[in-house]
Amino acid sequence: MKILVCISHVPDTTTKVKFVEGNTKFDTNGVQWVINPWDELSLTRALELKDDAGAGVKSVTVAHVGNATTEPTIRKALAIGADDAIRVNAEPVDAYFVAAQLAEVVKKEQFDIIMFGIESSDYNNSAVGGMLAEFLNLPSVSAVSNLKIENGKAAITREIDGGKETVTVPTPFVAIVQKGIAKEPRIAAMRGIMMARTKPIRVYEPIAIEPLTEYVEFEMPKPRAACKFVDAENPKELIALLQNETKLI
Amino acid sequence: MTVLVYTENWEGKFKKLSFELVSYASKVAEMMATTTTAVTLGEVSDDELKVLGKYGADKVICLKNENLKNLDSQLYTNAIAQVAQAEGSKVIVIANNNSGKAIAPRLSVKLKAALGSGVSQLPLSLSPFTVYKRAFSGGAFAHVVLKTDTKIITLAQNSFDVVENIKDVKVEKVDIQVEAPQTAVKDVQKQSGKRLLTDAEIVVSGGRGMKSPDNWSPLVELAELLGAATACSRPVSDEGWRPPEEHAGQTGKIIAPNLYIAVGISGATQHIAGVSGSKYIVAINNDKSAPIFEVAQYGIVGDAQKVLPKLVEAVKELKGK
Repeated sequence: MKILVCISHVPDTTTKVKFVEGNTKFDTNGVQWVINPWDELSLTRALELKDDAGAGVKSVTVAHVGNATTEPTIRKALAIGADDAIRVNAEPVDAYFVAAQLAEVVKKEQFDIIMFGIESSDYNNSAVGGMLAEFLNLPSVSAVSNLKIENGKAAITREIDGGKETVTVPTPFVAIVQKGIAKEPRIAAMRGIMMARTKPIRVYEPIAIEPLTEYVEFEMPKPRAACKFVDAENPKELIALLQNETKLI
Repeated sequence: MTVLVYTENWEGKFKKLSFELVSYASKVAEMMATTTTAVTLGEVSDDELKVLGKYGADKVICLKNENLKNLDSQLYTNAIAQVAQAEGSKVIVIANNNSGKAIAPRLSVKLKAALGSGVSQLPLSLSPFTVYKRAFSGGAFAHVVLKTDTKIITLAQNSFDVVENIKDVKVEKVDIQVEAPQTAVKDVQKQSGKRLLTDAEIVVSGGRGMKSPDNWSPLVELAELLGAATACSRPVSDEGWRPPEEHAGQTGKIIAPNLYIAVGISGATQHIAGVSGSKYIVAINNDKSAPIFEVAQYGIVGDAQKVLPKLVEAVKELKGK
């Protein structure tokens, strides 16, 4: 069984978000870039499955769409334990563009399970995994909180409103994973970092695809009114404020 | 030309989310001077289908087939795409929930229709068609142009008010041909009797400041009195003090209730990212410099264990209990 983990390169979650060029572009100045947190958990689960001899996972490959400056993020995924990596050499213009590029990768190199985190922490679209599945006419399961392989078959737990379902789908399939898929992201050890230097990154040139969307402007959230403090000895006053001002209780 | 809205049903029933979606879709239809068609899949009674007419649906189509019983992203996408094509829909509105996220991206590729996801307002303009959405996990909002002839919008939950807009609604029930599903459901585990975190108007949430899993009863009591759902921060769920489905935050559930009461939560960036869409935030924390107070409108600086029982008393008094 071969697993492909698609990773996105995002600003560290503690980044102070700012924009430039008349609020049309994200200000990358001084930004620390990381593997998207959900993709990191997805990679961790793929590696756990590879460690489990019974699961029969032969290799874990990571794929990413980005220019050469994103290679440190890919090396990090290799240091954590991925066997090899693929980079499609293009700016990730929108979700449709990225999904189309990754679909080409999957067509060239066959995989049994293709994993995505539920969303990227920058554009929060939750779109690339489902789009890739449709490009390739593969089944996709979303909101996946557990993925096991038993006797060569995948057993998937997905979250539904107010509960969970255990489902199966035939391979190859796309799994879009979220909370629960792995407890903590795996951290690169020194040995992994050394080994990552020599692991292969295959670079593919992009295919021509017109994006369907364009981000034309960004704005900051409206500042919230300053916090009204109520004395800890008198929570009644808080209840009165909530009743009179918010009308919600 | 119509605006199509996919309204999920839960064992044949709609809920507030469905009415938000139809209200939103009918407003978009009004902007475009066209009509609204709602589509749902499975067994739903005529009376229930007609309810959508109260919120602006001109027509409701219910597609039936035994194979549509459980969510299969391909089959659902194909069914909705068929209706969209038959109705000549130029805009398709879907919820930004688990099932919406499973369907909308597939539909985008199938129809080659631009997808705007997590949209929280009416379109900013029709030409170019520009939507307003959350970005950078709540750190910003983006204006996104959807460049194709057909557009798909997933609407963020609780971002649009339910508006009555009574229509003389036409109901169509259609038996459709569907392939066998690839997704086989082996087992279902439902939480029973609990208010769903993603549906709740009020959420009471506890963090590490609660000190111990044994201290939760006043928080749960407060939630019950307010008709609220309970939530928690990541450390609390990681420690196993509360079940993982209660974790609200960037890597847990992203929620946007009308009122979010954070007790003993300092407000790490990742937590704020998951709750910043709430209309009002109340914070109770013993550290006045905790970042949660920067996003809260109401605050109490004090120890959760001491403040909570007093709050419970105050709410009991208010509700005359």
